[in-house]
Amino acid sequence: MQLSGSGIKCVRGGREVFAGLDFAAASGEALAVVGRNGSGKTSLLRLIAGLLVPAGGTIALSGGDAELSLAEQCHYLGHRDALKPALSVAENLAFWADFLGGERFDGAKSLATVGLDHAAHLPAAFLSAGQRRRLSLARLLTIRRPVWLLDEPTTALDAAGLDMFCGLMREHLGRGGMIIAATHIPLGIESRELRIGGAV
Amino acid sequence: MTALSALVRRDVRIALRVGGGALIGVLFFLTVVVLMPFAVGPDLALLSRLGPAILWLGALLASLLTLDRLFMADHEDGSLDLITMSRTPLELACAAKALAHWLAAGLPLIVATPVLGLLLNLDMVATGAVALTLLAGTPALTFTGMIGAALAVTLHRGGLLMAVLVLPLSIPVLIFGVAASQAAIIGPMSFGAPFSILCALSLVSLVIGPFAAAASLRHGLD
Repeated sequence: MQLSGSGIKCVRGGREVFAGLDFAAASGEALAVVGRNGSGKTSLLRLIAGLLVPAGGTIALSGGDAELSLAEQCHYLGHRDALKPALSVAENLAFWADFLGGERFDGAKSLATVGLDHAAHLPAAFLSAGQRRRLSLARLLTIRRPVWLLDEPTTALDAAGLDMFCGLMREHLGRGGMIIAATHIPLGIESRELRIGGAV
Repeated sequence: MTALSALVRRDVRIALRVGGGALIGVLFFLTVVVLMPFAVGPDLALLSRLGPAILWLGALLASLLTLDRLFMADHEDGSLDLITMSRTPLELACAAKALAHWLAAGLPLIVATPVLGLLLNLDMVATGAVALTLLAGTPALTFTGMIGAALAVTLHRGGLLMAVLVLPLSIPVLIFGVAASQAAIIGPMSFGAPFSILCALSLVSLVIGPFAAAASLRHGLD
């Protein structure tokens, strides 16, 4: 499986963020997107996820499920974690598992993996920032999709959380998945660097 | 199908929990209708003549009150991104969200109508007529209001814009809703004609609303 983009141009609010960007990632590979603030790291992830329309260039996934679009094979973990404060941890996870569909794994086990099994019945409103991030990670584990688009995934995670997250990423790559992560700090796993917009 | 029922169940559940939208709408409806007899005065004949119009206005404003958050909440917490990316067509997801809103915020208004009818000196037949027209007409309010709610997300403007956009669309619903109720209560018009038009308005908005809302959300991707 190969995800590639060529000559991608991104325009936001009438301003050109980047142009002529080429990238490629294969199964089992992690791509770390780096660049200074405002260089378009998040925009690139959103372009891949189909949440932004490119002003030029193409993005294509070859070798994936031919029945599904690129966005439908991606997990997007953004700044906002798509959790409802009124619902419990388990309800939040169960909703996304039902809604996203596809191959599904045991939600309770995912919660245990990210260390939230003790809080399953707690409303998400009471979670700390790090716990919210862990709950978002549980979504990535419960529904399996080959491409992970991660935007500053390590924000708010503690040291143990980072270790756990690195293990999950390695496991995902080992299964033949791919990861594209926008990040300021090293990802913690072996990754190729994609630099946007000159030196930091 | 699982995806859509999951979306409906989630939205209804959130609306019914503490701080959800369902209770706010009913309370507002209650407030408007309860205050009206005090404002109009003790003229019972006048009150029962105005009754259907008051109930309809209250229901319209109550549903507008909670509609503007329909997509905004999902947009703010990032859920809308995941809904847009999913395998479920955005049109169906919009329809499911509107259905959930109607179940949680529209149905309770109809259930409350017989109780509030007493305060407005409406007899059984009149209350039944108003409840029936609300049942037929409130889906139209929700599904046209959804278009405004989607535009509010696209244009990054909240409440007021949405009210301005949606009000003209809901005027026909209000006219035929009240006309049908009045026809059932005092005549001499037939009940059938305005009621059929009311049902037609609901059916048309049921079809157009999800497509318009989804188109607006897609256009506003950023």
